[in-house]
Amino acid sequence: MSVAIDIQGVSKRFRLYHQKYTSLKERIVHGGHVPFEEFWALESVSAEITAGQTLGILGRNGCGKSTLLKCIAGILQPTSGQVVVRGQLAAMLELGAGFQPELSGRDNIYLNGSLLGLSTKEIDRRFDEIVAFAELEQFIDNQVKYYSSGMYVRLGFSVAVSVEPDVLLVDEVLAVGDERFQMKCMDRIQQFQRDGRTIVVVSHSPDLMRDICDNVLVMDRGKVVTIAAAGEAIRVFRERLIESGFAPEPATQDAGAPADGEGSPVDVVAPQRRVKLLSATALYERQEERNYIESGEPISVRVDFEVAAPVSGVQFKITLLTDREALVFSSTSSGSVEGMPLDVGRGSATFAFDSMLLLDGRFSATIEVRDAGGVVLDILDPGCHFEVMNPGRAKGLVGLPLRVTVSPPGAADQPEAVASAR
Amino acid sequence: MTTTSDAGPSSAVGTLVEPRAAGSVPSPVARGEQDLPYRVVSSEVRLRTRLADIWGSHELFVFLVRKELKVKYKSSVLGLLWSMLNPAVVLMVYYVVFKYVLKNPTPDFALYLFSGLLVWNLFSTVLPGSSSTIVANAGIVKKVAFPREILPLSQVGTGAVFLFFQSIVMALFLIGFQYSPDWVYAPVVLFALVDLLVLTSACAIFLSAVNVYYRDVEHLVAVLLQAWFWGIPVVYNFNLVYVELLKHHLHWLLALYLVDPITPLILAFQRFFYGHVNVSNIPGYAHYQVLAGYPYHFFLEMLAAVLVASVLLLLGAMRVFSRIEGNFAEEL
Repeated sequence: MSVAIDIQGVSKRFRLYHQKYTSLKERIVHGGHVPFEEFWALESVSAEITAGQTLGILGRNGCGKSTLLKCIAGILQPTSGQVVVRGQLAAMLELGAGFQPELSGRDNIYLNGSLLGLSTKEIDRRFDEIVAFAELEQFIDNQVKYYSSGMYVRLGFSVAVSVEPDVLLVDEVLAVGDERFQMKCMDRIQQFQRDGRTIVVVSHSPDLMRDICDNVLVMDRGKVVTIAAAGEAIRVFRERLIESGFAPEPATQDAGAPADGEGSPVDVVAPQRRVKLLSATALYERQEERNYIESGEPISVRVDFEVAAPVSGVQFKITLLTDREALVFSSTSSGSVEGMPLDVGRGSATFAFDSMLLLDGRFSATIEVRDAGGVVLDILDPGCHFEVMNPGRAKGLVGLPLRVTVSPPGAADQPEAVASAR
Repeated sequence: MTTTSDAGPSSAVGTLVEPRAAGSVPSPVARGEQDLPYRVVSSEVRLRTRLADIWGSHELFVFLVRKELKVKYKSSVLGLLWSMLNPAVVLMVYYVVFKYVLKNPTPDFALYLFSGLLVWNLFSTVLPGSSSTIVANAGIVKKVAFPREILPLSQVGTGAVFLFFQSIVMALFLIGFQYSPDWVYAPVVLFALVDLLVLTSACAIFLSAVNVYYRDVEHLVAVLLQAWFWGIPVVYNFNLVYVELLKHHLHWLLALYLVDPITPLILAFQRFFYGHVNVSNIPGYAHYQVLAGYPYHFFLEMLAAVLVASVLLLLGAMRVFSRIEGNFAEEL
């Protein structure tokens, strides 16, 4: 397989100005020297992406994933190193970037298309397709300023995918439009994959990664943590999240005001260690007799935890996945936004399902605990497994409660046969 | 960011190089079955690939110029007519002031004025627009990869379209008043036009890039243009100032006056459009001529000098531009 994108030791330095002096006067006043801090958004990132692969770039906010994408796209020049891209490239960093509100949809298709590197002939040829995909046939000669935001992004997406690039870069733009349009977008992405095009997707959503990516590159603070198959990379990403606390970094504090030992609490516990999840257990009746439950039986998941420092607004979250890691269900401990305060000590949380509606299969439960600010305190991934056996004849993932009523001809008022099925 | 060395494919942002054309250059990636073009993103940008990029985006240039024109006159009744009305009013005001208030003795003064304004209007409308163009288009500069020189260049293109419309007005003016231009000087005026476009492009590219870092530039440009207008022989005669400066021994000002690259262009335009008016002996102004009394070859030499200077400026401007362009997306 040939390499589609070769990232060779790319580093990118940003200068963070304490205060931005953009006028000549201010620069002269400061003697032409503006105080700044250097910040390496990328540090010697290397990766080879083979043609036809879909690579996800996963990382927290500000970890450098968008910067990397912009370096691949050629919007930013790396400070050192280089990126070699084979084939035509299209970047979807923002849908409808450069749309002119005063111009019609038609004019904007031509303008935007040529910005993305399409020739006039190519746009001519694909024009009807673009309009049809965006579902804007009626409005194509209206000024874009009269478009709804949905119409706007639909047109943007439609132009962007019409480029038919060898390499497509996508930055968190797949969640556009209504649900139906989102499915169309995903269809188009999958079409691209079937065509053997190379796709790089940036996201901080592991679920999206699991769905569409072959491999995932996990980044943290400008460095590559790992490149691995989606499931493995997501596990590494979650571990990283816990290690780094998902909390705002203390770097914002002034270097001139160091922690002055006295006055500070005796033992400051790192935020990520305030609550530790010890274990998760699946509990159900007749656990001694068999290692599965029947569909429809109750089951609960108990989580034992230890609190090292008082913490407020705690929420527990359970996520059920199939053995293929498809999301089945996810919910938090309390319906409201505020969670509960916890004092130091040990405790447990129980997620009780009165009736497990899932049908056949082995499922895993992932448990997550967050504080009031949404900071992930700990994750058990997977926390525990359980198996469901389906005694009935229904197929699929979920056994929905169902009653079938048939009214035979001539007896419209009285249902003759009622069957309940599972 | 060398412009000379020719080693390796490390080159420009957004360059498409056919591997076959790259020839002996070793490809940094394994060749697949299909010979796809590749491009390299790095901090090194070569001028040649840069120029190839810009040429590769000429359709985008056309769309941007078209957009500029459409947006500018969108929902206005007169539309493009405004591009002619605006200079026409300026022309009228100057004509009335100089002919009747200040008693300028130049015959056919309107024609004289118009000839110079053609040049100056292009220069003076393009520069402020292009200074702010990168900043104004931050949305696409931050999100789309394309040779950003296209943005200032499309401003020059828009200015050239306006120049074209004004030339139509000029043609109508000539026909209406039955003036005949000095056709011998037609090559000279075309030469001057090329100079003008290259010079304006150089300034536009330079200013657009620098303005990203120093937002004063667009204001500075507006002020400088105001002063500059009175330093070129548009409303007055070249020789008048020449003689006066010489008389008062203002040599440095004279040097500045003569070195101004716009002046030869204006003289060439005046020579062509106004050339038939043979005025060397106007009562009271016997010691100078309305037109610069330079011979034909001297015009060519001046224009060639301006061309050389403009091309050098353009190369320098592109170098500056590509050097700091890599950081536009973060500076905006």
